[in-house]
Amino acid sequence: MVTIETPRSPRSRKHAKWEKWGWLYMRYSGVVLLVLIFGHLYINLFAGEGIKAIDFAFVAGKWASPFWQVWDGLMLWLALIHGTNGMRTIVNDYAEREGVRKVLNYTLWVVCGLLIILGTLVITTFDPCIDQNAVNYLPQVCGKG
Amino acid sequence: MPKKPAGTLYRGKTGMWSWVLHRITGVAIFFFLLVHTLDTALVRVSPEAYNAVINTYKTPVIGLAELGLVAAILFHGFNGIRIILIDFWSKGSKYQNLMFWIVVAIAFLLFLGFAPRHLSHVFG
Repeated sequence: MVTIETPRSPRSRKHAKWEKWGWLYMRYSGVVLLVLIFGHLYINLFAGEGIKAIDFAFVAGKWASPFWQVWDGLMLWLALIHGTNGMRTIVNDYAEREGVRKVLNYTLWVVCGLLIILGTLVITTFDPCIDQNAVNYLPQVCGKG
Repeated sequence: MPKKPAGTLYRGKTGMWSWVLHRITGVAIFFFLLVHTLDTALVRVSPEAYNAVINTYKTPVIGLAELGLVAAILFHGFNGIRIILIDFWSKGSKYQNLMFWIVVAIAFLLFLGFAPRHLSHVFG
């Protein structure tokens, strides 16, 4: 059994301050994510034909509106940081070797950063008429004009 | 060994098991989020690539896995509200056990509303 010698003392003062912000972030982002993700699940999995209706045209239809671009962008940022910070908490609890702990946490944040950059670019540079075949998917939007 | 502390919030019973479940569901949702960000990014590659991958979400096996995902999200989301109430509401820790069962009840009811509809989309 692991015994924490000084359970009431933080690793360091500087870390303690960060930990507080992380702790608060989990709660604030959690409330917002509850709304964003439940809305996402309702629209994409429950309303209409649910999962059956999801395809390129469905995504193009949603992202034609800035409302859903902002919705999905916020969800991307908040969820990835929330999830990565949660994984960091778990790593800190179970990784016994300091080197292993650091490598795992470093990897988590690198992956988080890359996915945030990728997802943000995908949402902001989305092109419904991405190739000549798009005319078959979205004839009204990408018709031979 | 030091004296065993009297029933604390996170030691034993629903207080502890909700914590365990919150971790397990959190990890599961995290890994799905990684995959889901990547599969959605395929809309920037080509409509064919995106449709090919998203069509696997409509297969029976993945369709059933989605039920598990939604169940995990329902529990994690509502238990998160319970955690916030424990931390910020003066009576939160007093009612944590009752709140746990309210969380389970709400999640279960919403799941009952979702599951038949989703199954009819996947298998219909």
